[in-house]
Amino acid sequence: MTDRFLLEITDLHASVEGKEILRGVSLQVRTGEVHAVMGPNGSGKSTLAQVLAGHPAYKVTGGSVRYDGKDLLELDPEERAREGVFLAFQYPVAIRGITNSYFLRSAVNAIRKHKGQPELDPLDFLQVLEDKLKAIGWDDSFMNRAVNEGFSGGEKKRNEILQLAVLEPRLAILDETDSGLDIDALKTVAEAVNQLRSPDRSFVVVTHYQRLLNYIVPDYVHVLAEGRIVKSGGKELALTLEEKGYDWVKPEGAAVS
Amino acid sequence: MTAHFVGQYEAFAGNGAAGAPPWLRELRERGIARFSEVGFPSTRSEQWRFTNVQPIAEIAFQRQTVRWETGPAPTGATVLPLSQAVQRQPDLVRAHLARYALVEENPFTALATAFLADGAVVHVRAGAVIEEPIHLTCRIPPGTARPMAHPRLLIVVERGAQVKVVEAYEAAPAGLSLTNAVTEIVLEDGAQLELCREQREGERSYHIATTQSHQGRDSRLVFTTVALGGALVRHDINAVLDGTGAYLILNGLSVLRGHQHVDHHTTIVHAKPHGESHEYFNGVFDGESRGVFNGRIIVRPGAQRTDSKQTNNNLLLSDVARADSQPQLEIYADDVKCTHGSTVGPLDETALFYLKSRGIGAMEARGLLTYGFGADILDRVAIPGARARLDRQIRHRLGVPDIEASAA
Repeated sequence: MTDRFLLEITDLHASVEGKEILRGVSLQVRTGEVHAVMGPNGSGKSTLAQVLAGHPAYKVTGGSVRYDGKDLLELDPEERAREGVFLAFQYPVAIRGITNSYFLRSAVNAIRKHKGQPELDPLDFLQVLEDKLKAIGWDDSFMNRAVNEGFSGGEKKRNEILQLAVLEPRLAILDETDSGLDIDALKTVAEAVNQLRSPDRSFVVVTHYQRLLNYIVPDYVHVLAEGRIVKSGGKELALTLEEKGYDWVKPEGAAVS
Repeated sequence: MTAHFVGQYEAFAGNGAAGAPPWLRELRERGIARFSEVGFPSTRSEQWRFTNVQPIAEIAFQRQTVRWETGPAPTGATVLPLSQAVQRQPDLVRAHLARYALVEENPFTALATAFLADGAVVHVRAGAVIEEPIHLTCRIPPGTARPMAHPRLLIVVERGAQVKVVEAYEAAPAGLSLTNAVTEIVLEDGAQLELCREQREGERSYHIATTQSHQGRDSRLVFTTVALGGALVRHDINAVLDGTGAYLILNGLSVLRGHQHVDHHTTIVHAKPHGESHEYFNGVFDGESRGVFNGRIIVRPGAQRTDSKQTNNNLLLSDVARADSQPQLEIYADDVKCTHGSTVGPLDETALFYLKSRGIGAMEARGLLTYGFGADILDRVAIPGARARLDRQIRHRLGVPDIEASAA
C-alpha cells in the first residue's frame, strides 16, 4: 500500500431529479484497500456508487472526486471505465440480442484500445475468458446467452463479478452485490471477489447488511447517513452496527441541507 | 382506378391465361369478380386504418410474368412451377390452391387470385426428413415499366415430414413496382416446416402479401419474416392451428428508414385444444419510417389448454419515426393461457449507461443495442445460411461492424 490515494472524494454533493442525496461525502481510498460503505436505505450509498461511475441522471452540485490524480467527474462513463473504474450494478441491465461473450469482448477491446494494446479476436478472447472463469471457479454456462436476459438474480450478480474479473479494473465498486442472494449464492460471489483482491486493486463495497462483510472482509468501514459519512472505523465497526443498528450512528442534530 | 386492374385482367384472360384447366380459370374469375365488387381497401376499413393503398390504386401497373428461381429439389420433395404442377399433380394442387387464402378475406388476395399463373408448388412426401433448405427466390425482371407481379407459393408438407424453406423477394428494378404475393402452407399431422421469408425489394417497391397457414395435429411451423425493403409493405399472416397440439412460432423483424412503411397484420386462430403459439415481432424505425403491428389471437370455443404468447417491441431511432402496436385477443374458451406485451420507444438510457460503464463508446453502444433488437429475432432462425445472410444485411443497414464474429 502506498500513501498516495487512488480515489479521493472531497465534500461531494449530488442530487437526482432536483433532490439532494449526497451532502458532503469525503472518502480516501489507497491502492489495494477494501472499503465498505454501509448505511440505511436512502442514505445515499447507491447514489455514491452511481456518481462515481458517471450515471447521467445524477448531478454533481459540489465537491470533487480525484482518481489516480485525474478529475474523475470530467470524464465520460466510458472513459472512466477505460481508466480502470468498474461498477458492479445493483440491478444489472438485460441487453436483448447481444450475447454475453460478445458484450464482454467489446468491453475488453474498448479498454485494450485505450491502453494502446491490440484488440483480441474471438479465439484469443475465449482463452482469456476461460482463464478468468477457471480462476474464479465458474463455468461458461451463460456466455452464449443474451446479456442478463432471463438471468436469475444470482446469475446476474455472478455476471457482474465475471465482468470485473475480465475487465481487471483498478477500482471496483460493488453496489449491493449481496442484495437478493441466498447464502450459497452470496458465498460463491464473495469467494470470487476475494480471488480478485490484489495489491493493485481497490474495492468500495456498498452494502446494507453486515452479512457480506463476513465473507469480504474490509480494511475500513464507513457509515453513510443522510448523505454524509458519519462514522469510520475498522472491520469491527460492521459488527457493532449489526448489533446496535443504524440508529446508533444517526447524525447529531437535525440534518442541514 | 379499379377499372385499370380489371382491364389488365381482361387482357390476361384473353391470351396469357390460355391453356389453364377450367377449374383454375374459374378460380381467376372468382378472384376478379370479388375484386371488381370491393375494389381497393380504404383507410376507413378497420383492417387498413394505418395503411393507405391509394397510391397503388392510382398507378397504371402492367402485369408482369415472374418465375420462382430454385435449385434442384432434394430427395423426398418436388418443387415445380405452378404451370407444371397443374399438369403433373392436378389433384394435389386442386385440393389446396386458393383453399386457405380466400378471395373474400382480402381485396389483394382476390386480385392475386385473378392473376393466378406464376407460382411454385413445394410438395414434401410423408415422412421425408430434408435437412438442406429449399431456396425460392422471386425477382421481377427489368424491362417493363411499372411492373405488377403476383407470385404464388403453395407448400404442402405431408404427414410427419420435415423441411426448411427460404422464400425471398429480391430487389426489383429501381422504378415503381408492385408485388402482390400469396403463400399458402399446409402442414399435415406431425409435419414440420421452418420457413424464412426475406423481403428486400427496391425503395420504390410496393409489396403486399398474404401468408396463410393451415396446421394439422401435432404439426410444427416456425415462420420468420424479415422486411428490409420497399416503400410500402403490407403483410397479412393468418395462421390456423386446426389440429390438437399444433405448435407455431411466428417471428417478424422490420428494419426501416427514410419514408418506408411496413404494416404486419397477424391473425392466429387456435381452433383445437392444446395448441401453442409464440409470436415475437420487433421493429427498428429510423428517419420518417413507420411501423404498424396488429396482432390478433382468436381462441375458438373448445380450444382448451391453448397457450399463446405475443410480444411486439418497437425501437424508434428518430423523433419522427412512428410505430403503432395493436394486440387483439378474442378468447372463447375458458381454460387458456394468453399473454401479450408491446413496447414503443427510443433506446433505453439505462442500457446505454450500462454498456458505457464497461468502456464501450457511445456510438458503439447505440449500434449494439439497435443490432440487438434485430438479433433478438434472427437468433430464432434455425436455417444457418439464412441466419448469416440476414445478419449481414441488418448489420450493413445499421452500420454495425464485426458482429458475426460473436458467434464464437
